Amino acid sequence: MKIVVFVKLVPDLVEELTVDPGGTTLDTTWLRMIINEFDDHAVEQAILLKEKTSTQVIVIAPDFDGVDEVLFTACAKGADQIIKLTGDFSSINNHALARAVASRIKILQPDLVLTGVQANNDIDGSIGPALAACLNQPFVGYVSGVTLEDNTAIVQKEYPGGVIAEMSITLPAVLGIQAAEQPPRYVAVSKVRQVMKTSNIDEQPLDELDNSGFPEVTRMFQSETSAHAEMITGSPDEIADRLVSVFKEKGILQRTNR
Amino acid sequence: MSQDIYVLIEHNQGQVAEISYVMLAAGRQLAGIHGSQLFAMLLGYQAQGLSLDIAADKLLYIDHPALKEFAQDAYLLTLTEIIKSRQPRVVLFGNTTIGSDIAGAVSIALGLDLASSCRYFTSDGKFVSQICGGKIMAEGNLSSGTTLLTMVPGGYKPEEGQSEHPPVIENFSPPVLDNLRIKNIKFIQPESFDIDISKESILISVGRGIQTRDNLELAENLANSLGGVVCASRPVIDQGWLPTTRLVGKSGKHVKPKVYIALGISGAPEHVEAITGSETIIAINTDPKAPIFDIATYGTETDLFDLIDVLVEKVEAAKAS
Amino acid sequence: MPERIDFWGIPENWGSPAFYVYSLMFLAAAILLIRFYLRARLWWKVGRPGFHWNHLLQRLGRVINYGILQTKVLSQRYPGLMHASIAWSFFVFFLGTGLATIDSHFYKILVGIPYLLHKLVMDVFVVIFFIGAGLAVFRRFIQKPPRLTISSGFTWSLALTILIVLGGLLTESLRLAVEKPSWAWWSPIGWLVAKLWISTEASSATLTNWHLVIWVAHLLIVVITIITLPVSTLLHIITGPANIFFSNPDRKPGRLSPIPENSKAEPIYSDSLRNLSWMQFLSADACTECGRCQDVCPAYAAGTSLNPKILILNLRDALKQDASSILHGNTNTHLLIGEWIKENALWSCTTCMACVYECPILINHIDTIVDMRRHLVIKGQMDGELQAALENFGRYGNSFGQSDRMRARWTQTITPKIKDARREQVEYLWFVGDYASYNPTLSDITIKTAEIFNKIGLDYGLLYDAERNSGNDIRRIGEEGLYEMLMEKNVAAIEKCHFQTIITTDPHSYNTLKNEYPINQDKRILHYTELLDQLISSGRLKFRKKLGIKATYHDPCYIGRYNEIYAAPRQVIQATGCELIEMPRHAERAFCCGAGGGRIWMPEGDVKERPSEIRIREAVELDGVSHFIVACPKDITMFRDAVKTTGNEDKIAVKDLIELVHAAL
Ligand SMILES: Cc1cc2nc3c(=O)[nH]c(=O)nc-3n(C[C@H](O)[C@H](O)[C@H](O)COP(=O)(O)OP(=O)(O)OC[C@H]3O[C@@H](n4cnc5c(N)ncnc54)[C@H](O)[C@@H]3O)c2cc1C
Ligand code: SF4
Ligand code: SF4
Repeated sequence: MKIVVFVKLVPDLVEELTVDPGGTTLDTTWLRMIINEFDDHAVEQAILLKEKTSTQVIVIAPDFDGVDEVLFTACAKGADQIIKLTGDFSSINNHALARAVASRIKILQPDLVLTGVQANNDIDGSIGPALAACLNQPFVGYVSGVTLEDNTAIVQKEYPGGVIAEMSITLPAVLGIQAAEQPPRYVAVSKVRQVMKTSNIDEQPLDELDNSGFPEVTRMFQSETSAHAEMITGSPDEIADRLVSVFKEKGILQRTNR
Repeated sequence: MSQDIYVLIEHNQGQVAEISYVMLAAGRQLAGIHGSQLFAMLLGYQAQGLSLDIAADKLLYIDHPALKEFAQDAYLLTLTEIIKSRQPRVVLFGNTTIGSDIAGAVSIALGLDLASSCRYFTSDGKFVSQICGGKIMAEGNLSSGTTLLTMVPGGYKPEEGQSEHPPVIENFSPPVLDNLRIKNIKFIQPESFDIDISKESILISVGRGIQTRDNLELAENLANSLGGVVCASRPVIDQGWLPTTRLVGKSGKHVKPKVYIALGISGAPEHVEAITGSETIIAINTDPKAPIFDIATYGTETDLFDLIDVLVEKVEAAKAS
Repeated sequence: MPERIDFWGIPENWGSPAFYVYSLMFLAAAILLIRFYLRARLWWKVGRPGFHWNHLLQRLGRVINYGILQTKVLSQRYPGLMHASIAWSFFVFFLGTGLATIDSHFYKILVGIPYLLHKLVMDVFVVIFFIGAGLAVFRRFIQKPPRLTISSGFTWSLALTILIVLGGLLTESLRLAVEKPSWAWWSPIGWLVAKLWISTEASSATLTNWHLVIWVAHLLIVVITIITLPVSTLLHIITGPANIFFSNPDRKPGRLSPIPENSKAEPIYSDSLRNLSWMQFLSADACTECGRCQDVCPAYAAGTSLNPKILILNLRDALKQDASSILHGNTNTHLLIGEWIKENALWSCTTCMACVYECPILINHIDTIVDMRRHLVIKGQMDGELQAALENFGRYGNSFGQSDRMRARWTQTITPKIKDARREQVEYLWFVGDYASYNPTLSDITIKTAEIFNKIGLDYGLLYDAERNSGNDIRRIGEEGLYEMLMEKNVAAIEKCHFQTIITTDPHSYNTLKNEYPINQDKRILHYTELLDQLISSGRLKFRKKLGIKATYHDPCYIGRYNEIYAAPRQVIQATGCELIEMPRHAERAFCCGAGGGRIWMPEGDVKERPSEIRIREAVELDGVSHFIVACPKDITMFRDAVKTTGNEDKIAVKDLIELVHAAL
């Protein structure tokens, strides 16, 4: 069996995000790019499957600042092959990416493609369903557990309220991972450094990008703060006093009188 | 091409999901702008009864055993069929476990534009989406062809999508649905012996800012003195510090308490969507830019560890007086 | 003239007693050596060999200091006195016997005054021995402190030693009773006992016969003692000094041993007995079970599963049980980590170094613990909270998961703007550290520090967002690669700056910067307490007020035991006009707050009582002390919490030393 995991880097929300002077994209000067946390779970899920059923795991990621480390980390966790897609991704979107990646995946012919269910910078939908459509394969997203049987995968799909649907999918298929069965494992830095010395990233240039399907964005702005909360300031004492009076207004303070 | 607005009604195990009403409310606004009709699409099996309270002009009903529960491939075949034959102006999906699975595939299959995480439409019909955990908004134009959108809650009140007058039902015959590759096997219900937080009126909700399991005691103390219940955001639940029944958010429960106190919660959209029904939200967070303050009624930019003990004392004092 | 007589009272017809005695002794010694070798051989057959003989003089010096003079043993009064009396007596008996042998066969020295002195000294040490033995019996069987485990090996050894000395005393006294020499008082104890025999009015022949019987018994007991030594508590007579000798004199307390490597320069992780070094087994076999380490261990006191003594003894048991299977290529042995030694125990260590400081034979528990943690880290086996912290260090360079650009946010209110040492030349480069930079509840103290520096016109600057966590505790968690990464980044940033001296707020950073970072040797590294002390004595820092507070001072492990900075902080506290009252455990013996070694990023688990709480209770016992002074940002967090949880908020306030200085300015 062969599993391909598609991974991408997204803006780190810990950093302050600002909009580019052009007004339609994020300002990338201070942007820190980190692995999309759901993609991290997808890698973990693939490695867990590899440990159970000795499948081959290939991790593919488009070239963003910091991608090498992400790929080597995946390799240190147990990925068999790591591929970096090179090209100009300055205005990349999921539609273009899905088509381009699909063309690569068609060559690899995996039984299963895993990717994170969503990413914080998705504007044109998440990449999983688009990828599945390009490959003409079925897709199940919000997956939190996968078991492989001959040519089917049994997956757990999460619905709101903690309801879980168990589904079977005929392979090949694409899955959008919400959470791996275990939290992503820790890889010691020295292990990653070791892998950097002994493994190679397979670099593959991407063909022409086809952006169709991406909506026209005319303006980006930081979230409005008009509907902002009434801020209570002061010492903890003063704040507590104010909050107690809010509780009183709301009539939720039951007297004990004891 | 028509100017009609189509909304995919989401339902799961016999329940219409709340997002459907939000989309109908948004769809109504768009139909107004485009001077067209609002269509609801219901894919199901012997499910006409579901649709009674939706505020749409027409309900397109597609009945097939394969559509009994959501399955991406059956939905994809059916929806592409409808969109090809009806050529709507806009199709709205939920940015949900159902809508998100399908919208991207329809977009690729039919070569249509897709915008995700749309929160509301401007009065001139532009979509406004939230990205980067709600920190950034992206505004854009609908394309000239059919545009697909996935919607997040928060921009419209669900009641606006409800109506006592049932829409006119139009049957649409499904395409051939065989050789399907996705099958629903069973549904697993969450353990339900715990408290139902969606029915509680005072909730103390803890987020990653609580740092350690031991610190949960702080929240419990506050909950005890206010007579409330402790619940949490996903990271806290994922750590196993509280049972999943206490999860508030997209993958947990939607709550509508009188008072919701968010301790160290940043206010990610997946969390926020589930608490907007609260009467009062009090956010305690050290980060002045935390999006939680955008939706909270009261906010305070202090360290929760400095505040909670004091607050508990004062509450106790107020109760005793 | 009094002179020593060989083999007094041994019947003539027994032939040459010397022959019997020496053959017996030789045989016993041979058996001892063979048995010892069979045991010791496992150390390097199972473990990794590699004997180091460098610094020979220094090693011998350490053997004399710790093994013979026993300075560490003596640092605790009761057990020190007890042990030294027994040990030194035996040294003397041994020397005395040696002298006697020389006297018999090579060179007559024990004649006249030297002989009498010899008698006197031996007798005095008999008394000393019995005092020691008495203390030992009392301690083990009546006092029974929790740190001691009563093993049959100990009882056996104590009984044998007592019998040996008793045998010597009896034979001597019987001889004196028969001979009644004029100089008998030179053997005061022997003579006293002899008088007892004389008072029985037994005949010389009877007494001589008794002498013979006891002499034979004495000889046999000595033989038995020698033969059983490798399985008794007395083994430490050999292994203890051996451990002291072979323990690495290059291992400065503040510089952790690197990961061992094989011949191909690949790292060796301590995941099995096979991968331990022979020294670790020597240490395990050398442990005297004195329990000093257990007594001072904060993890043990807190009720975690770590007991440093048991950790070492577990290695001993593991070797005993599993060695032969390992040598026969049988892989079906117990897991070293997981079965012999529990993971939780390894994670509980705060690396406070109290155990290492106390151990009389220089066993280094921390090296073993960190080596095993390194194995766990490389396997990714750790708690989720710790993993999250490590991931944050990797990504942001701090455990708070905050952007590096927020590191200097606390400086915003300070005017004039603090110099950026990367752009401007400064005299002092201030390495602020994570807690002081990011923790909102500590920024107040950090700002005060800057204000003091400004007030006295110190020429200083910061690394701003180029500073990373120093990695001291990350290294001690066992994440060596991450440590190196952070260290390299810091070193690169530091090397770009022009400065003379680094000052640190955090004792942990201080330790690794000073002892582990490859920073240019002519740069000085100071903890801020040292800097303040220097500024006070040079007159640059003068106080206007006398605070008049009664305060106690808590020595942070990493500037105290690790770097022996005891005087500077105390002098600063006194200079602010505070009366310093010491806690019972202070300076070298200060009790750890529980945050070190990465513990601050791990869940505390089930603890009886937090070390920080134990410490606060210790402080509030002091009469009239209202302030608990610390010199470490982590200490502030730990102890402020402990004051609350122990309900002592109205009794004692936790303050950073810098706050005193600020108030007294
Ligand atoms: C499909 C999907 C479903 C999801 N479902 C849910 C869901 O149902 N529920 C849910 O909650 N999340 C859900 N999430 C996750 C969501 O995206 C966020 O990751 C999550 O809500 C963040 O939780 P948080 O606010 O506790 O943590 P963070 O975002 O890490 O926020 C912690 C906050 O605490 C503050 N803080 C730190 N220390 C202190 C202090 N001492 N005092 C005060 N404040 C402090 C910080 O400033 C920060 O704002 C879902 C995600 C996906 C993709
Ligand atoms: S270093 Fe401290 S915590 Fe660790 S074992 Fe030794 S005494 Fe215990
Ligand atoms: S390790 Fe050292 S201090 Fe601890 S019991 Fe053994 S000899 Fe004593």
